[in-house]
Amino acid sequence: MEHIRTPKVENVRLVDRISSKKAVLGTLYLTATHVIFVENAPDTRKETWILHSQISTIEKQATTATGCHLLIRCKNFQLLQLVIPQERDCHDVYISLIRLARPVKYEELYCFSFNPKLDKEERERGWTLIDLGEEYKRMGLPNDYWQLSDVNRDYRLCDSYPTELYVPRPATAHIIVGSSKFRSRRRFPALSYYYKENHAIRKANPGSDFIYVVDTRPKLNAMANRAAGKGYENEDNYSNIKFQFIGIENIHVMRNSLQKMLEVCELKSPSMSDFLWGLENSGWLRHIKAIMDAGIFIARAVAEEGASVLVHCSDGWDRTAQVCSVASLLLDPHYRTLKGFMVLIEKDWISFGHKFNHRYGNLDGDPKEISPVIDQFIECVWQLMGQFPCAFEFNERFLIHIQHHIYSCQFGNFLCNSQKERRELKIQERTYSLWAHLWKNRADYANPLFRADHSQAQGALRLPAAPCNFTYKFWSGMYNRFEKGLQPRQSVTDYLLAVKEESQQLEEELEALEERLEKIQKVQLDHSGVRSEQREASKHPGFSTSDHSTANTPQDYSGNAKSFPSRSPSQGDEDSALILTQDNLKSSDPDLSANNSDQESGVEDLSCRSPSGGECAPSEDSGKDRDSDEAVFLTA
Amino acid sequence: MEFSELIRTRQAQAELLSGPEAPALRGTLCVTGHHLLLSPKPQATDLWLLLLRSVDSIEKRVAGDSGTITLRCKDLRVLQLRIEGVEATLDVARSIEGLRLGDAWHFHPLESYYKRVALETDAWRLSEVNEDFSLCPSYPRVVIVPRAVDDAALARSARFRQGGRFPVLSYHHARSGTALLRSSQPLIGPKKLRCAEDEELLGAVLAGARPGAQGFIVDTRSAQTAKQARMTGGGTESKAAYPGWKRLHRPLERGRHLQESFVRLVEACGDLEQSMDQWLSRLDSCRWLAHVQEALSTACLAAQGMEREGACVLVHGAEGMDSTLLVTSLAQLILDPLSRTMAGFQELVEREWIQAGHPFQLRCAHSAFSHARSKHEAPTFLLFLDCVWQLGRQFPLSLEFGEGLLLALFEHAYASPFGTFLCNSEKERCLCEVRTQTHSLWSGLNQSKEQRKLRNPLYVLNPSALWPSVEPQSLRLWQGLFLRQTRPPERSEEVWEKVWQIVTDEKTEDSRPVVSAPEPQP
Repeated sequence: MEHIRTPKVENVRLVDRISSKKAVLGTLYLTATHVIFVENAPDTRKETWILHSQISTIEKQATTATGCHLLIRCKNFQLLQLVIPQERDCHDVYISLIRLARPVKYEELYCFSFNPKLDKEERERGWTLIDLGEEYKRMGLPNDYWQLSDVNRDYRLCDSYPTELYVPRPATAHIIVGSSKFRSRRRFPALSYYYKENHAIRKANPGSDFIYVVDTRPKLNAMANRAAGKGYENEDNYSNIKFQFIGIENIHVMRNSLQKMLEVCELKSPSMSDFLWGLENSGWLRHIKAIMDAGIFIARAVAEEGASVLVHCSDGWDRTAQVCSVASLLLDPHYRTLKGFMVLIEKDWISFGHKFNHRYGNLDGDPKEISPVIDQFIECVWQLMGQFPCAFEFNERFLIHIQHHIYSCQFGNFLCNSQKERRELKIQERTYSLWAHLWKNRADYANPLFRADHSQAQGALRLPAAPCNFTYKFWSGMYNRFEKGLQPRQSVTDYLLAVKEESQQLEEELEALEERLEKIQKVQLDHSGVRSEQREASKHPGFSTSDHSTANTPQDYSGNAKSFPSRSPSQGDEDSALILTQDNLKSSDPDLSANNSDQESGVEDLSCRSPSGGECAPSEDSGKDRDSDEAVFLTA
Repeated sequence: MEFSELIRTRQAQAELLSGPEAPALRGTLCVTGHHLLLSPKPQATDLWLLLLRSVDSIEKRVAGDSGTITLRCKDLRVLQLRIEGVEATLDVARSIEGLRLGDAWHFHPLESYYKRVALETDAWRLSEVNEDFSLCPSYPRVVIVPRAVDDAALARSARFRQGGRFPVLSYHHARSGTALLRSSQPLIGPKKLRCAEDEELLGAVLAGARPGAQGFIVDTRSAQTAKQARMTGGGTESKAAYPGWKRLHRPLERGRHLQESFVRLVEACGDLEQSMDQWLSRLDSCRWLAHVQEALSTACLAAQGMEREGACVLVHGAEGMDSTLLVTSLAQLILDPLSRTMAGFQELVEREWIQAGHPFQLRCAHSAFSHARSKHEAPTFLLFLDCVWQLGRQFPLSLEFGEGLLLALFEHAYASPFGTFLCNSEKERCLCEVRTQTHSLWSGLNQSKEQRKLRNPLYVLNPSALWPSVEPQSLRLWQGLFLRQTRPPERSEEVWEKVWQIVTDEKTEDSRPVVSAPEPQP
């Protein structure tokens, strides 16, 4: 609290990103955990809540006649533009947020104060929902080839690995210690996934003829690493290995790529060409494809060639995690279920020491360590969902919420850089588990199209070795997710979930009625007529779908030149009803839902869409033609 | 199309004799748009079903208070229906007679649309001035024009417009009391000619709209191009001559350039070797999605002008047969909930593309692979379908038809066993006797077996306007069409099937109600 210089600023304007003229007046509050903007409009008093840990950058822009501009960019891709009347207030807010957004110790994070009003027992149960011991058992371990090793007890050998690791039976503690000394950060080869037939990722199975060694770096980077005393396996020194480089770029390239793509997303009314060119230039989809290609390569090696695969990069906690989890997802239908996906993240990311704190900047740290590594994995899953719409038990909202909470620090799961640190901080005793929270709300995350019976869900997902580029799409549901106007205005998923729920209710009711009828019939055997009182169809209120559709107002179709002199700013507002039901993010999370409630309101004022109002430059054509009315509008 | 008008009676009590040996089937006879049904008991799932198109000849006889209808079928079966009531017998017979032809050729979209307009306003009338196609060879026989303008004035206005395409009503927006019109460019020429009747016509449009309405002329060419057109006798309305009308220029790609865009897109979609970056830059350089964006935003602008500004809108380019129709038909889809139904959309395509004289024969002679390029090909209609697909993607519950119908229309526009897309205009179709020589696509599409592919199971009537987002992030490549060669269609079919199952609450395929069609006996 001592960092809050001013807890409340009045008469702040929240500017709509697309139409700069449209803004709502309200009050800005700074609390120990959130930035809250409350609109003045008495009937709605809409609230926008932003967690401090979501704040990525704060930019103080030039002061104008209307006030001081403050631009807040969030890690969940929300963008907030505020205009604060007094320069002094703006400065205070800015300084406060700079500090609040960069906590220096874990205790400052939201999860230590977040209290969802669960008792101790419930909280503990939440932490046991995902059990990696169970998961290894499910894979069929231990078996003749693999055993649980206690070599890393108390994190003696490798402090970024978990204590429970599976290693080949013949590998003695001595061998493992030797190997760990030879590996960067002592991250010796350990089992990630065991494909029940006879194969495994991350470490070889002694039974197969050869193993693939997949280095996920570009060859050039790996060679450069040699100079630093690291590098890649020399094929002469290992028997029966096949070496494969897969060019996934490093975290710095990825960070810049995301940055470039977000700049494209922020463009004001870009042309199709600006957008496509910018998307290409960012290289983002190329990187996504590289990760997918690596995952596909491994999945094919394991499933089709029956080979084991050792995957590594430099330290084995970024690209390796991405690639192993993509491959596991392709191979094993279990990971395509709600719970299985949580297990997958728990196993490949959390337990194997992906550095969440560094990568996602939970605590103030080196900005060069930050990189959207798990974001890329989550996007890979989304891309796969697009190609296999019936193969996943969960929906897009599930992925978006996981992404949100990786940054939110509302739950303890993603804190710290390793299991060791989490144990030391006693995370499980002091915070809540996200998995339990998601599981409780699983109805919201279900994919109505999921077919558990189906071949897609049964075995490995078959993809061509070189998947076509066109299958990779820009994910506006993630990167533009707070701009509701850009998203489909009606949700098929929600509609189908509602239909399913309703028909299930009806069925239950029918069953109950049939039972009752049977009873009545038994009782009234000697009576001739059976009353049919219960037979009338129960009228359900039903799900209103017309609601979805009305949240819809015209946008800027007029390009730069203004087309219509608007007669009054608020005409035809019958379409402007604010509809919450279509929100991508349902009300299960206060932080998630509060933010987007204000995206849709208000009718666009036709005339004030162009950023610079009256001085907007006339287009080439209309400038030459005096007769054209556009020129007249422009000067009007 | 709308068959309900042809059905005189929906139900009657009847007895069916399918042959001297077969037992009689007694029950309720139902007449639907395509079938004759006989259901023995009120709740029976076992139905007798006959496709009306299979009736070759029909004979009726009445005696006492019942009648007999003899149906001789195309598969050589002879069926007898004994029906209670003389009136019922005659009505059923007449219904079958009307429906069995099964063709939608008798369907007159303009007349039926006019009926709707007439209920909303009396400012418009149906004119038969083009009865013999002499005034405008590319217009249909009847057009909807302002009531205040007589046929003589229309004739003079037609002479002032390229190809005789004088301004006619495309859509009347009842809620705002405004109208959407289309025409071709005025023949102003280098001498800046004027035409009093043409000016009178547009003046009458404003006078007939809501009081104080102004007008917008959306020219689908750039101001520069429109001005240059004067050199070749064309041009665009001058402000002084048309009081109350303001002009906007929204250049849309057309003709050869649009065709090249299509060809380049298909080329790019067929290249499996390219890298991710190459793909994106080719997608950019073929400019197809940019054309989609421009077309949609121009249509939205026209719709917005009517709905939000309460203005009348006239759309034209040069000939008024391509991008003009693209804009007017999309604007209707945005504004009019009826045009988003299965029947309404078919009517829209019939009225705004086929009857409106889009030269399908010239435009769709070749598709994207042909090397023989004449200058007339242009995928304007395909661009329209793509825009509709985008609308459906952004509002997945608001269109009664699915991607299947759009794909079918695309295929039939380029090659079809039906006559619907034949020729370039109504006049040519009359000369070629298309209506008597061929079958209509609409009746083909409305066969019940096609419905599951064509209909959108998620459809819920949405009474408001659909304002799509035209930001690049919101527009997608239509994969179902452009990537049909490289992507297996099974997956999307599977999704479609699954959605149907959820919506109709089917547990498995076989638990569907049993409908037993009469199988031909060996």
